[in-house]
Amino acid sequence: MFIVVRKNRESEEIVMNKIVQQWCKVQSCDEVAAKTFLLRFTSPEITASAQPGQFINVLSAETGQGPLLRRPFSIARVEGDIVELLFHAIGTGTILLSRKRPGETIDVLGPLGQPFRVDADYDTALIVAGGIGVAPFPFLTLNLQKRHKRIETFVGYRNAGQIITSHLQNIHIATDDGSKGFHGNVVQLFESFLERTDLGKVKIFACGPTIMLKALTELAKRRTLCCEVSLEGHMACGVGLCQGCPVERSGDESKYALVCKEGPVFLTTDIII
Amino acid sequence: MAAPIENKVKTSFTLRGVEFKNRVFVASGTFGYGDEIRTLVDVSRLGGIVTKSLSWKPRAGNPPQRIVETASGMLNSIGLANIGVHTFIEQKLPYLRKLGTRIIANIAASSLQEYCDVLSLLEKQEGIAAYEINVSCPNVREGGLSFGTDCSMTGKITASLRKLTHKALIIKLTPNVTHISEFARIVESEGADAVSVINTLIGMAIDIRTRKPKLSTVTGGLSGPAIKPVALAKVYEVAKSVKIPIFGIGGIASAEDAIEFLLAGATAVQVGTMNFIDPAISVKIADGLAVYAREHGISDIGMLVGALDADLKFSVLQSWL
Repeated sequence: MFIVVRKNRESEEIVMNKIVQQWCKVQSCDEVAAKTFLLRFTSPEITASAQPGQFINVLSAETGQGPLLRRPFSIARVEGDIVELLFHAIGTGTILLSRKRPGETIDVLGPLGQPFRVDADYDTALIVAGGIGVAPFPFLTLNLQKRHKRIETFVGYRNAGQIITSHLQNIHIATDDGSKGFHGNVVQLFESFLERTDLGKVKIFACGPTIMLKALTELAKRRTLCCEVSLEGHMACGVGLCQGCPVERSGDESKYALVCKEGPVFLTTDIII
Repeated sequence: MAAPIENKVKTSFTLRGVEFKNRVFVASGTFGYGDEIRTLVDVSRLGGIVTKSLSWKPRAGNPPQRIVETASGMLNSIGLANIGVHTFIEQKLPYLRKLGTRIIANIAASSLQEYCDVLSLLEKQEGIAAYEINVSCPNVREGGLSFGTDCSMTGKITASLRKLTHKALIIKLTPNVTHISEFARIVESEGADAVSVINTLIGMAIDIRTRKPKLSTVTGGLSGPAIKPVALAKVYEVAKSVKIPIFGIGGIASAEDAIEFLLAGATAVQVGTMNFIDPAISVKIADGLAVYAREHGISDIGMLVGALDADLKFSVLQSWL
């Protein structure tokens, strides 16, 4: 087990992050929507410390038997000793992972990165997800429910076949082809909702394609809303060693932040997407 | 925890009067400054840590995308992102000194003067065992490869730095030249104590959907198991050409890989890309070396260095050495 010492970004407290690297047993792996899989594995060590927005770095096969590098995935939900991942099986690594059967093992490093700042001052949490960007939100929803926050969730997909809604709350759906819900993109749906609803103090939590996050950043700036986004980065190690996953900072303190270490969750005011 | 297995076999070696406890190191740029994860791995069981390249001023590095996975390997274009030598001395070195392992400071620069300035400043600090000079980064415009592929410039840098230090000077060579042995010979003649062989190979990957290169800098450096056979041949070539020790680098993922490098002529090895996949792999390799030695009745791992049993009359390489 590794210990990472970091500052809590909200309280400035020093917290110990326990990171484990271990082979974990797969409990199940099922296709829950088109090419979208829900993989459940056992790790009491990860469930004990994981927070919404954090990710794990997964090796689906031993060196030489599959892709070389680990693949980062948001933690979708934890339940008892079980960790859940939601992912699209689109490349060699994710397809290999999608074929895991109960009882097989995966090599897991985590939990990694900085979580969503859930303690901030707001009444309503507005969750905005595009496609598989929905992955971190079942876990976040669970956490927000415990805090008795009002939650409104906006999810956008290409079509009705891709929709995932389990463990989300007050769901508003948009599809690109209009096969279900609002016909158009999720940011349009979200903005029209904002215009007609009184929500008190809000905070946006978002994850999805870059183009969606860009639009949302613009919207948050225009309306001066607090917005946190979870980014994806091409990374090798997930712990800051390889320096492979920079994102540009908006301040001038130093040019880049690392998605794996300072993120994957960032306030939109801190970075340039 | 059980006592380290290596106690029963001599694992240490000496370079310019400095003893290293074993022959396994972590390569520059693959282990941060040793503090990214504090108890990531018991680094006190390594021969040493080679730091991320240090330049005079901090460098932000290249824009994303910096990393692409390829078959059994990865391309990177980090661009020597580093905190600069001053911050390194203030914030990282005090911690590194306490790790119970040797620290090799890797230096990168865009001018001869910058190499000299960085080394001179580090020379005043406690706790640095040796210097590794990066004349071979393929991902920066100034310096980097333009030095490492120029034989006389590589010699000049070596000679200039030699005058500034009595500590071990290790020159990290690029494989992106016709004959790496020529570069090894010149740095040996200019007073280098060792060479690191090899830095990454220039490589490229293209997104056929967008028709754009996958890396922001178009080309990058290829590393990982994919390059191991190339690295091994380069180590062998250099070992045939010079008498100074070689740090073998390139796709080492197991003790078996490390042994191949020793047999080809490397005095020690550096583990690079595999640290990203298994942060504790270098210690596992060090343990594996000791196990191999014990199982084969080898009392000193140094006995493996250059112990290749090859029939040289068939060697094509011999003709250009």
